[in-house]
Amino acid sequence: MNVFSDRKYIISFIFIGLILIFLIRLFYIQVVDDRYKLAANDNALRHKIEYPERGVIYDRNGDILVYNEAAYDLMVIPRRVKNIDTLDFCRLLDITKEEFIEKLTELKKKKFSSFRPEVFENELSLETYATLQEKMYKFPGFFVQARTLRKYPMKIGSHALGYVGEVDDKIIKENPYYRSGDNMGLSGVEKTYEGPLRGQRGVKIVMVDVYNREKGSFENGKYDTASVLGKSLVSSIDGELQQYGERLMQNKIGAIVAIEPSSGEILSLISSPSYDPNLLVGRVKSKNYRKMLVDTLKPLYNRATMAKYPPGSTFKLVNGLIGLQEGVINENTLFSCSRGFHYGGLTVGCHPHASPVNLRFSITTSCNSYYCNTFKNIIQKYSKTAIGFSVWRNHVLSFGLGNKFPIDLPQESSGNVPTVKYFDRYHGAGRWSPISVISLAIGQGEMGVTPLQMANYAATISNRGWFYRPHIIKSIEEGRIDTIYRTKQRTTIDRKYFIPIVEGMRNVVVAGTGRIAQLDSLTVCGKTGTAQNPHGKDHSIFIAFAPMDNPQIAIAVYVENAGFGATWAAPIASLMIEKYLRREVKRIEMEKRIVDANLLPKKEDWISKK
Amino acid sequence: MAIRNREDVLQNIDWLLVLLYLVLVIMGWFNIYAAVYNEEYKNIFDTSQSYGMQLVWIVTSLSIAFMILIIDGEFFPSFAYVLYGAFILLLLFVIVAGVEVKGSRSWIGVGSFRIQPAEFAKFATNLALAKYLSNVNVNFEKLSTKLRAAAIFVIPALIIILQNETGSALVYGSFILVLYREGLSGNILLIGVAMVILFIAALLVDEWILILVLGIIAAGSFLFIRLRRQNILVVAGLLVGAAAFVHSVDYTFTNILEPHQKKRINVLLGKEIDPKGAGYNVNQSMIAIGSGGLIGKGYLNGTQTKYNYVPEQSTDFIFCTVGEEWGFAGSILVLGLFVFLLLRIIFLAERQRSSFSRIYGYGLASIIFIHIAINIGMTIGLAPVVGIPLPFFSYGGSSLWSFTILTFIFVRLDAYRFQILR
Repeated sequence: MNVFSDRKYIISFIFIGLILIFLIRLFYIQVVDDRYKLAANDNALRHKIEYPERGVIYDRNGDILVYNEAAYDLMVIPRRVKNIDTLDFCRLLDITKEEFIEKLTELKKKKFSSFRPEVFENELSLETYATLQEKMYKFPGFFVQARTLRKYPMKIGSHALGYVGEVDDKIIKENPYYRSGDNMGLSGVEKTYEGPLRGQRGVKIVMVDVYNREKGSFENGKYDTASVLGKSLVSSIDGELQQYGERLMQNKIGAIVAIEPSSGEILSLISSPSYDPNLLVGRVKSKNYRKMLVDTLKPLYNRATMAKYPPGSTFKLVNGLIGLQEGVINENTLFSCSRGFHYGGLTVGCHPHASPVNLRFSITTSCNSYYCNTFKNIIQKYSKTAIGFSVWRNHVLSFGLGNKFPIDLPQESSGNVPTVKYFDRYHGAGRWSPISVISLAIGQGEMGVTPLQMANYAATISNRGWFYRPHIIKSIEEGRIDTIYRTKQRTTIDRKYFIPIVEGMRNVVVAGTGRIAQLDSLTVCGKTGTAQNPHGKDHSIFIAFAPMDNPQIAIAVYVENAGFGATWAAPIASLMIEKYLRREVKRIEMEKRIVDANLLPKKEDWISKK
Repeated sequence: MAIRNREDVLQNIDWLLVLLYLVLVIMGWFNIYAAVYNEEYKNIFDTSQSYGMQLVWIVTSLSIAFMILIIDGEFFPSFAYVLYGAFILLLLFVIVAGVEVKGSRSWIGVGSFRIQPAEFAKFATNLALAKYLSNVNVNFEKLSTKLRAAAIFVIPALIIILQNETGSALVYGSFILVLYREGLSGNILLIGVAMVILFIAALLVDEWILILVLGIIAAGSFLFIRLRRQNILVVAGLLVGAAAFVHSVDYTFTNILEPHQKKRINVLLGKEIDPKGAGYNVNQSMIAIGSGGLIGKGYLNGTQTKYNYVPEQSTDFIFCTVGEEWGFAGSILVLGLFVFLLLRIIFLAERQRSSFSRIYGYGLASIIFIHIAINIGMTIGLAPVVGIPLPFFSYGGSSLWSFTILTFIFVRLDAYRFQILR
């Protein structure tokens, strides 16, 4: 035998040894190390997101307030962009090569995003979309994604409906559902009802080859999730009424809120100046938003739910009701008025009218003296001012004043009804009397009430003592709304005390300060108010409801710096009532006077006030 | 035991080896099908696709195998030098008149048909080497014998390098194992291994630091091992040799290699990361194999190879399909089959009565081994990317024919063993 035949063992050993090294290495990369599996998925799997259509919002009559329109975004996966004809691409999109490179490098810099689709250009024009679609195969790494944009056919209700916008990093961090580029409701109904409106995003996993061509669904769609359509909402808004109100309020600052007393449904929510909600959609959004943000008239500010105004004389109704409830007056109680309320050195002036006055007439003529006396008596009924004041305050709060309801809109101010604590701090504990805070008797001073609260207050009186929390959405795709909007809220005032007050309000329109609001056979009830305003001319206020005995609509109107309630707010309220109940306005001249009036502050006024 | 008819080839061939061959070839065919699988061309017999063509290569290979088996056993030793000479001439001819494919001039075309003579030169070289070493008059102790034996495989290797097919030339280095089996000093193998280690170290570490380390090792051996004077000279000589080698590697790397070659080496050594460039192939290949997991994604369910993420997925990177679709289990099976095949060849080689057959057997094992080592090593990032096929598996007529010829000459020689008189 060959002398070297033992070397077969060494050679076999070399063979086996190397194969073993290979197997160890293979064990490591195939079984131990997961990186390659992730990398393989990164290579071959694409998560295609399917955005469901956002829910449509209808008004109470079935007219569409918001729907969706198709838009096409150009998406890019930065790491997959290679060897494209940049020149051709830039020509299609009408950008320069520098812009292209800058945009791409910026997207590449984003963390973890090199394999995730990012938006390269929002909302392509239809032309660009069409030409791009044909040439798409030439631009690996790019693709077009369809999405939808909100569209407002009636161009109304911007403050109530709100707008949709792209989520920012903060939202993404708080809510893992959202991803960069996603849209969500950022204000108004869009925000409050984001969940039902949005629906549920679907994900489809598809396999792609090295050229990014789709090769079918991954594992027969085992890991796919179907998208769920957004739910449609029915708003309580009456589109036509809203539109009409916005027209009446053009060139005026202020708010109108109308409520259906029997349900608490908001019929219209107008804040002026307003804007066409379509201005805050899509690529024009940021430009318009910035413009409105710096506008001194603050068109983005929802005065109807956010602005705190003194209620003025409209507040006398509450004081009358509390006086009756507390037994310090009855409907025949008389107070004299000699051009005002005089106490020590203090005088709260009043306009000349017959004296003495009873409760009904005090409303009709809006007598200051009557309510100063009533207010003083309510508080002095109790041994200490603080106790009396607290009793009074609790009655006031039961009307929904001074607190958030809350309504189903994100922006809502609680208003302000001052507390004992506040006056203790201001005057010193025990060192103040009803006289110190007498301006509350006539709705001035520290009182702050939103137009929405005022409208609800009118509705409460029309209901003779109860209300449903105001809300703007009636139903969510046949489903019912939150129980808090279906639970009756009662005031602390007995029903019977409302009778003289309502009669007084009827008289305001028939023979008192609000005669301008009279509307032939309709039994409109109302109360004027003129709120003193430290910043300028008085605010014109009117609250009303109609008809008297089966109230269909309650309304509050504020016109800033417009003077007496009777001049502007009362006719506006009356026209709104006519529009809502009759569907047609016959008082053309009155309507024309209001629509044509420009009550915006002159520029000099604004500048001097700063 | 039944009396064998010593002249009936079919009774005497090693059916186990043939079976292993068939299993590997068929597995290769199915994996090629999976690697380029396309819904539109589902028919595995469709010759417009590479898997259909591979079947053609398999059938023709079997015909070639049959022809080899009916050739007289004496033919191979007798015509070894003639075949060798013919192939050397053919290789030279290719340099002049070859067709250029992917930068290498190693193909000759006959009509639409192309073959790569470098593939076939392997069996001729193996025959010639076996013929030379089995010559009873050859004294392997003599340096001239060693040099002549080495020349037999170095000459074709050099010609192939001239064809720009460095990868194929590398394969001829495996014949050193044959020389080792026939009596070449083990030190040469050790020196070979040491040179590989030094080569890699020279590229990774600064030249002078490496030489300093070598010096310290040498000095250490003086201190701790009592050395005779003669050995001191050997150590000193080794040190000088190693230093010179290190220096020349460094010089070659910085001054001679082309930038793309440097880059490939750097990526392999982990000095550079370049997943889109030179490292792309290896990176994608490792992703494909690594994503297979323990039991794989299932036949035809691979995404990385099927969707072209891995380049050359039916030829040089065919092992990716195995790794991806059959997982670690598949890796064990295929590598196990290869080990089994190699050990079977060694076993058969050792039972030969003629040293010609034995040496040929070792040559066969060595060539198959080095192909596996480089090919699979490359797919898992342990060897540089040199385009050589995985025996029996990779798509391609030249490769399959070449390995079929190599293998079946040995099967024929083995079947002929009883007719050889000691």
